[in-house]
Amino acid sequence: MTLALVLLGGAVGALLRYVTEVVVRRRLRTAFPVGTFLVNVTGSLVLGLVTGAATALPPEVGTLVGTGFCGALTTYSTFGNETLQLWRDDRRRIAVGYVTASALAGLAGAFLGVALT
Amino acid sequence: MLAVVAVGGALGSAARYGVSLALPHDPASGLPWATLAVNAVGCLLIGVLTVVVTEARTAHRLARPFLGVGFLGGFTTFSTWAVEVRGMLAGGRALVGVGYLALTLVVAFAAVAAGLSVARWVRGSR
Repeated sequence: MTLALVLLGGAVGALLRYVTEVVVRRRLRTAFPVGTFLVNVTGSLVLGLVTGAATALPPEVGTLVGTGFCGALTTYSTFGNETLQLWRDDRRRIAVGYVTASALAGLAGAFLGVALT
Repeated sequence: MLAVVAVGGALGSAARYGVSLALPHDPASGLPWATLAVNAVGCLLIGVLTVVVTEARTAHRLARPFLGVGFLGGFTTFSTWAVEVRGMLAGGRALVGVGYLALTLVVAFAAVAAGLSVARWVRGSR
């Protein structure tokens, strides 16, 4: 049962991340990886909400939304890969800005999510 | 394409869940090694995959959506990392939190670079 919830949440999270990246790439012509930034910050906010409300929610919600959906919606591999590519393309200010903004906004999302519950 | 990403994401998430069961973490002490491990391994593998899909001619066209976007995207997690750092900072372990934040960043970038280098070295030596 737990595994099924992780699989389901993971499928939906990965799908939403993919759709977000495709839509953002079509609309915005920018070297800053806006799509990944958005899903990582949004996922951190939602996981903060789920974590803050953990005692009031059935554990299945944490598994489905937290472990499955938020885990798959957000990504460290794409984040790391994009940062390294920017760095190697000599877009180092964008790379540093991307890492700084992602870490700060992700952390702010996590704090806000927990604080709101 | 969408189905391939979804299945990859589901399997990557299940693998991450498996690692979290194998390396349990007490939020009050220690470091979340499971999260650090999945993020490090996922970054290493995306480096390898990047070389395989962009520099090799034989890569299947679904390799990147299934393995990169789906599986590795689902396997690694940014949200858990952010919430774990928040927990350390809010729980009076600010130094550990900042250290964990920085350690993950350094390990992740080094892992991507290592994946790229190893894959290029293997390809070049064939």
